[in-house]
Amino acid sequence: MPEATNTAALAVPTARRKLKSWQIVLVVAVVCGACVMFFPFLWTFITSVSPGAGLTATPKLIPDNPSLGAYELLFSKTKFPRVIANSLGLAVATTLLQLLTSSLAAYVFSRMPFPGRGAVFALYLATMMIPMQVLMVPLFVQMRDLGLVDSYLGVLLPGVASAFGVFLLRQAMNTVPRELDEAARLDGAGHLRIFGQIVLPLVGPSLATLTVFSFMSSWNAFLWPLVILRSEELKTLPLALAGMQGQYTTQWDVMMAGSVISILPMLAIYLFAQKYVIQGVANTGIK
Amino acid sequence: MMSATTTSRGRSRFTWQKAKYALTVLLFLLPSAVPLAYFTIYPMFAALWTSLHKWNLLSPMQWVGLDNYATLLQNPETWRAFGNTVYYIVGYLPLVYVGGLGLAIALNAAIPFRNFLRGMYFLPVVTSWIVVALVWRWLLNPSVGIVNSLLGLVGIDGPGWWTDPTWAMPSIILASAWKDLGFVMIILLAGLQTVPQDLYEAARIDGAGWWARLRYVTLPLLSPTTFFVVVISLINGFQVFDQVYAMTGGGPAGASQVVVQQVYDLTFRYSQAGMASALSWLLFLLVLVVTIVQMVGQRKWVNYA
Repeated sequence: MPEATNTAALAVPTARRKLKSWQIVLVVAVVCGACVMFFPFLWTFITSVSPGAGLTATPKLIPDNPSLGAYELLFSKTKFPRVIANSLGLAVATTLLQLLTSSLAAYVFSRMPFPGRGAVFALYLATMMIPMQVLMVPLFVQMRDLGLVDSYLGVLLPGVASAFGVFLLRQAMNTVPRELDEAARLDGAGHLRIFGQIVLPLVGPSLATLTVFSFMSSWNAFLWPLVILRSEELKTLPLALAGMQGQYTTQWDVMMAGSVISILPMLAIYLFAQKYVIQGVANTGIK
Repeated sequence: MMSATTTSRGRSRFTWQKAKYALTVLLFLLPSAVPLAYFTIYPMFAALWTSLHKWNLLSPMQWVGLDNYATLLQNPETWRAFGNTVYYIVGYLPLVYVGGLGLAIALNAAIPFRNFLRGMYFLPVVTSWIVVALVWRWLLNPSVGIVNSLLGLVGIDGPGWWTDPTWAMPSIILASAWKDLGFVMIILLAGLQTVPQDLYEAARIDGAGWWARLRYVTLPLLSPTTFFVVVISLINGFQVFDQVYAMTGGGPAGASQVVVQQVYDLTFRYSQAGMASALSWLLFLLVLVVTIVQMVGQRKWVNYA
């Protein structure tokens, strides 16, 4: 054991060497763990193509007659196409709005000083601390007074601005050299042009991070849509999935097919934007 | 226009510019400030106001002072909901922290497929709580679930999981830990990468073994990140709802009822908006106190370099 620890520290700088025994043990352990972590996804997919899954017995790892029947059922006999469109539309709208409102505010907090700016920024940050469950009842009443219960706008409005987004983009904008602004200003550019043509293009990676996060939180949102939406036509994926439990109590193939449909877009985004997702999470930790 | 600016010189031009500047600031800030003020700050105080009233969401509010709070504190259901919420946190936090730390250390070492493996562990983080709950309801299905059939293979008679009052909360904890493990891992990895390598070198020269380096180098230098993980996990843990709603609905027989579920039920099932607001404020105050205690207590164990 003490021998292994000595090589452990040495192995870090000299990466391209033969694997040490401790590394092999570590890799095997971590790979096994990863398989356990991934198994629920695999099992979800297997179940979704196993007709009649869950009625009498545990489905087999390799289904006897795999079929896409559960997916067909979802798309032909339920409101699933509409539900997917609802989720997609709301997620895209929320993301675009948050990108716009957050980047504009972040620019002010990074580039346009005014008396009391620090206090305003602190107030923005403080709103991040307020939990949704405290806002739930009054927000519902506000929406009712505005006539927005059971409407897309009612879901969308509370998510128009994101204090997290403002914070994230402000941090990024602070790293853009101010000399660039000065040069542009000498050329006669105003704040709108400096914002749009100089600062914004240079914080691209953070915009990508915010895009992924906004989309993800809207796509996965549950509590607020649950409170505000009533009719089947307007429901989002998480609501529809939660509702399926009552309707398809033992038809696990159908429920797992719904889950696969809900996971796929996030999976695709994650595969393409893994760097930005992980960067975003890591950044929240550093602050 | 031209002459006006030239005659009164710098002064009028100055104010005009100032006005334009102020207008720009306003136009840039309002799109986020108005929604935050109207949909976050205002309802927060509206909730406080509501909590001092008896209100069924329809008829006019009736002032009751602190009665709602008193009623809640005397109600055993409130205590059970808080107890279950704390049970959730006590089960969940050590699991994700120890697991996440182990993974972060393992995946910080020079091993093959490192990025791919990190990605695998992170995958559940992007999945929605509802899907996590559904999938785990299925994995932990008492009669035909894969977990119990695997346990059956080795001769263990698996429990009823989410259908059994004793096992409902452990089922929720298991599912939640699965989802959040990768999140904690990535935050701790980011923290690990700020630990200077030469400290390990120095510790090794002093004869420190693997455990000693973890205990005296890694953990102290990681304490700010640990602090962050604990604060965030507690804030989120006290607000646990989605996975409970979809996995057990608070059951069986209230065995996994948590505070936010109670707030939801009070509002939309029992039309007691005042009581619900009072409960949500109690929870908020508790989270605030816990967070402040941690902020004050951190001096004792968190090292900022």
